[in-house]
Amino acid sequence: MSKAIELKNSSFKKNLGPSLSRFFFLFSIAFVFFALILWIFGKNPFRAYVDIFLNTLGSTYGISETLVKMIPLILTALATAIPSRIWLINVGGEGQFHMGAIVATGVALNLNFLPGWILLPVLIISGFLGGGLWGMCSGFLRAKGWVSETISTLLLNYVAILLVSFLVFGPWKDPESANYPQTAEFGEAAILPSLGQSRVHLGIFLASAALCGFYFVMSRTRWGLEMRAMAANMEAARRNGIPLEKYFLILMLIGGGLAGIAGMCEVSAIQGRLRPNISPGYGYMGFLISWMAMGNPWGIVAAAFLLAIVTAGGDILQMTQGVTGSVVNILLALILFVVLARQGIIRGRK
Amino acid sequence: MMLTAISSLLVGAIHSGTSLLYATLGEVIEERAGMINLGLEGVMLMGAVCGFVTTVKTGNPALGLLGAALAGALFNLFFGFLVINRRANQLACGLAMMFFGVGLSAVIGAPFIGSKIKGLNEIDIPLFAEIPLLGPVFFRQDLLTYAVIPLSLIVWWLLFHTRFGLNLRSVGENPTAAFAAGKNPYFLQYQALCLAGVLGGIAGAHLSIALAKTWQEWMTAGRGFIAVALVIFSKWHPLWAIAGALIFGGAIALQIQLQALGVPISSFLLDMLPYLLSLGILAIWGGKRRAAAPGSLGRVFQGTE
Repeated sequence: MSKAIELKNSSFKKNLGPSLSRFFFLFSIAFVFFALILWIFGKNPFRAYVDIFLNTLGSTYGISETLVKMIPLILTALATAIPSRIWLINVGGEGQFHMGAIVATGVALNLNFLPGWILLPVLIISGFLGGGLWGMCSGFLRAKGWVSETISTLLLNYVAILLVSFLVFGPWKDPESANYPQTAEFGEAAILPSLGQSRVHLGIFLASAALCGFYFVMSRTRWGLEMRAMAANMEAARRNGIPLEKYFLILMLIGGGLAGIAGMCEVSAIQGRLRPNISPGYGYMGFLISWMAMGNPWGIVAAAFLLAIVTAGGDILQMTQGVTGSVVNILLALILFVVLARQGIIRGRK
Repeated sequence: MMLTAISSLLVGAIHSGTSLLYATLGEVIEERAGMINLGLEGVMLMGAVCGFVTTVKTGNPALGLLGAALAGALFNLFFGFLVINRRANQLACGLAMMFFGVGLSAVIGAPFIGSKIKGLNEIDIPLFAEIPLLGPVFFRQDLLTYAVIPLSLIVWWLLFHTRFGLNLRSVGENPTAAFAAGKNPYFLQYQALCLAGVLGGIAGAHLSIALAKTWQEWMTAGRGFIAVALVIFSKWHPLWAIAGALIFGGAIALQIQLQALGVPISSFLLDMLPYLLSLGILAIWGGKRRAAAPGSLGRVFQGTE
């Protein structure tokens, strides 16, 4: 297939991939294998699944908690999906998430005299900039041709996570919270409001807006077209005068920024303060969601929903079955295996 | 005082560097065959846990090593099934393998947390070990540490001076051409993955059997990713990898040393050192090194149909 035709056909909407029922079939394979593994290690797989689904989808509270987990997952998925439109591989959602949380915390602790209607937008912007500039470092290294963004984002993850530990054990430690490594609690004005009684917060609108914006830009604007051209053939795009380096920087800024907003939401709406372990691997899961969805906005929502249930499943299994919470990593991996293995064959047949 | 500090720094560098070097050598072989495996972290964890559990059960660290190597190889073969037979994306699959390794090793190791083993003991080389300062550094180590430098030489010889290595590298550079020349890219890549899995498993086992002599969840703490960066640092060359592993091991050891000396720097900032160092070095040398990368690294041979 020639590049020109491919460019036309790979229009954004047609990238739906296999139908929903096929996906359910695939997931059931993963679930069966996970049940098998649980069974081998002497747990009751049926009880495990009943526990997971009852606690996540069986009640309004469970559903709202699943939604709460979906917010950061959608944002970190976009952090990978947006740069991946031009084959930039951003594995740094985790680090960008933490940097967003750090900068937002810094602002929330130091500007606590501001009223909420000024402070909250400032917080969102600072979270965006924290994650975005962190991502842009990798974009810069790539644009200069020095370090591949895959490696640099991966390494910067660890630096950002350690920076959080440094801050909450050191300079930002709240003297009042005895031995707990955490910052002081945010003021009332710095808390992102929740919807009703649930923990679902305004971040859900930010995530939805980001998704819509992503879809709109990719399918309806000149930038989207230029990005599709770059994805199809970098060299041709360069010769047509598309500024590649600028795209590297800006897409990493936007991608990292969205992950940063996810981090900001986590500290502002859920935790109310910065502490270590604010993320159970949201950044990495976002990366995998983006690959599962192949960049399709609806796919991102569906995959985020599934992985939100799986993430919650870890805590649930730890409580009800007495297994280590890491066990859900197996389920997560199995789901990805079946999806990735299937995608590979589809691409291969082209 | 100064001298003892330096000698214990060296000991630390060698301790941490050894497992890094095993992992890096494995990744070099894989990447030379055109496959980038971010699942190295998972391979190391599986090696660590299987080696530890086997050692607890049998009381024999040698059998533990064997178990670790087998586990690593099996784990990598599964990765191979996904990326070679099913043609899945290598980076995404690698990350998924990492999650798989984290989860599976946690479940396998859970009943063994807190178990005690004798592990691989340090072996003194007679006479040499008595040399003041330097003796303990170089001649009072465990078997795996002694073996790692000769092993790098063997890997170098295998990759650059045997027909097998030539074929392997040709697959990494251009699988279609290798196929046209009558080689079987799939088979060669599987062989590379197998070797890399053995080395990655041993790298993990070195942590759990020889160094820590315990098991804890996620005990590799990102060393797998450092090893992936080390491969670039070492220009995909097994001998450069020795220097790289020593420098990175040194960075990890320096952190422990400064801590022990009571230098008032937060340990978290020092922990960043290996990551920032690798990034800095890659940034300085990276541009020139890209040319050294195997030609079709990360691409999937689509076959000829």
